[in-house]
Amino acid sequence: MFPEIVSWIAVTLILVTATVMLINTDWRISLGALALQYLALLWLVTRHLPFAMGSAKLITGWMVVAILGMTRLGLTNAEDEESFFPRGQAFRIALMGIVALVTAGAAPSIETAIPGLGLPVIAGGLLLIGGGIIHLGVTTNLLRVILGLLTMLAGFEILYAAIESAILVTGLLAVVNLGLGIVGSYLLLAGSTPLESDEDL
Amino acid sequence: MSAPILWIAIPFIAGILIFLISSERFSATAGGAISAILALIALFIPIDVALLLGTISIKISPAIQFFGRSFELNTADGFLLAIIYGLASLWFFGTEASATQSRFVSFGLMIVALLTASIAVEPFLYAALLLEVATMLVIPLLVPPYQKPAQGVVRFLTYQTLAMPFILFSGWMLTGVEASPSDLSTTLQAGVMLGLGFAFLFAVFPLYNWIPMMMEETPPYATGFLLWALPTFTTIFALGFLDRYTWLRNSTQLMSAIQFAGLFMVASGGLFAALQRHFGRILAYAAIAQTGLILLIFGLQTTQMVNLVFLTLIPRGLELAIWALALSILKREAFSLQFSDLQGVARKYPVATASLVFAHLSIAGFPLLAGFPSRLSIWQSLTNDLSILFWIFVGMFGLLIAAFRTLAVFVMTDESGWKLNESWVQVTMLAVGVSGLFILGLFPQILQSLLINAPTLFEHLSQ
Repeated sequence: MFPEIVSWIAVTLILVTATVMLINTDWRISLGALALQYLALLWLVTRHLPFAMGSAKLITGWMVVAILGMTRLGLTNAEDEESFFPRGQAFRIALMGIVALVTAGAAPSIETAIPGLGLPVIAGGLLLIGGGIIHLGVTTNLLRVILGLLTMLAGFEILYAAIESAILVTGLLAVVNLGLGIVGSYLLLAGSTPLESDEDL
Repeated sequence: MSAPILWIAIPFIAGILIFLISSERFSATAGGAISAILALIALFIPIDVALLLGTISIKISPAIQFFGRSFELNTADGFLLAIIYGLASLWFFGTEASATQSRFVSFGLMIVALLTASIAVEPFLYAALLLEVATMLVIPLLVPPYQKPAQGVVRFLTYQTLAMPFILFSGWMLTGVEASPSDLSTTLQAGVMLGLGFAFLFAVFPLYNWIPMMMEETPPYATGFLLWALPTFTTIFALGFLDRYTWLRNSTQLMSAIQFAGLFMVASGGLFAALQRHFGRILAYAAIAQTGLILLIFGLQTTQMVNLVFLTLIPRGLELAIWALALSILKREAFSLQFSDLQGVARKYPVATASLVFAHLSIAGFPLLAGFPSRLSIWQSLTNDLSILFWIFVGMFGLLIAAFRTLAVFVMTDESGWKLNESWVQVTMLAVGVSGLFILGLFPQILQSLLINAPTLFEHLSQ
């Protein structure tokens, strides 16, 4: 009973953090929400994977948050505030509400189709996938695109951990997450450094 | 020595070492030479067969275990490795001529090694993860540190990342379909998942918008390499799926959908190419049309499918390399690839412009050039379907119009007199490439010796 309650708390945390990431314009709060999201991911992933493999995902996620945070901290310009049309907070909350409704509707039927996954695991995974895709849909800002991709991948990892427990897959998914963090960091820095040599031309 | 160490670990480590030595000339020569040697080994030393050299016995073992999973390259993979590393060596030797940054070779080698790992990994589904890692390694090639990333690159990263979960989920669902083929809803779900995953990977309409955007924003040589490498390995990955799952091969609806997607890409790619005023965007649409042709071949459901795919893929590597190299040379002169900035450039850069036009004509399926034999084979396979033939013709005709527009812009000038501004390295590389186009066009039987082993790689598709 206790693990089930904690699982639903993790799902609630996922819903809150995904919404915060979607509506908040401050990158510090968004990265903090992402870090919390990985904590919820740890709990849901360890429903099906050993704790060591789950903690590897948590550490990877936090490393990505650290990489992105350090990079963004070093950028002095405030060029990331975008003027894209659907920026109203109400609009974004409504979008997240739709994701929550779809999750509530789809999770039981997925549980019937694939027994043993567990409702909280399915709900957490779907919420993150939906939140990530919505994030990608409403932004052109580079940091936010990377956050959207990481969120979507986190959701996928929760679901995939329930059906595939190979160490190689866990390792490669960690590489993909770290790679996204590093690539995002590289892209954020690109163009902000002056030319150093003829080769750069 | 095992095959995965030879064709995956060694080039990957070589890529890292070359990265540490940032000399442009050295990196191009080293990367090209390593790839050429690996191609020759693949061509002449069969995997898993003991060879006696005097008293020494040499045998390349096929598999290696890594984190509980196997990486395996068999005897049948030999020709594939020879083609991949042969074409890669061409790209790497061309680096100096294209004046691309020296890290192109190091990252390129690592990318080719990872993509080769995607062919070797068992279960083969994990290839989706390796393709994603390779995608991320491409990014530093596309965005130099001094340049702000444009929208095309971000979109490319997004689409490739979205593909991975779809492919992995569909692979898991496909095992369920195999267990109970009569379960229609699982079959449909698996088909949709798989279709979406490959739509992102192949950049099927309308998901190909990042390709023209990227050709405008990024270095043409690096983008050309990407347009060669990723679709080539995605094609091999897709052939693996078709070969492994009987219901995929036998599903007429799925094959029709693939054929329709391919046809749409051929026709739209050709038509859009004809309407562009930017040389990079023309290359992008030509590459899209060519990917469409490969999808079209998938839908043919003929026993010759594997041969036809490789007959299209091999010249594609050569054509894109020449085209991208020529564009790099011209971009260094004009800093732009707009029509207005390159008018009359044929008189200053005759070899680069001529090579570009030949590569373009080859992709359009012009007779005597490398692209023609595969187009002829496709037309022969479609003789009883005139509507498909018509739309292929529309696409190819669009590419042909684009080629003539290109030629017209290159020679449009009031100046008189010709000058050769290309360096001898550039002239040599382009001349070798164009000779290759003519040789493959005039003597396509050369490829037959390579393709003779292709059906053994995908046994079910060739039966």
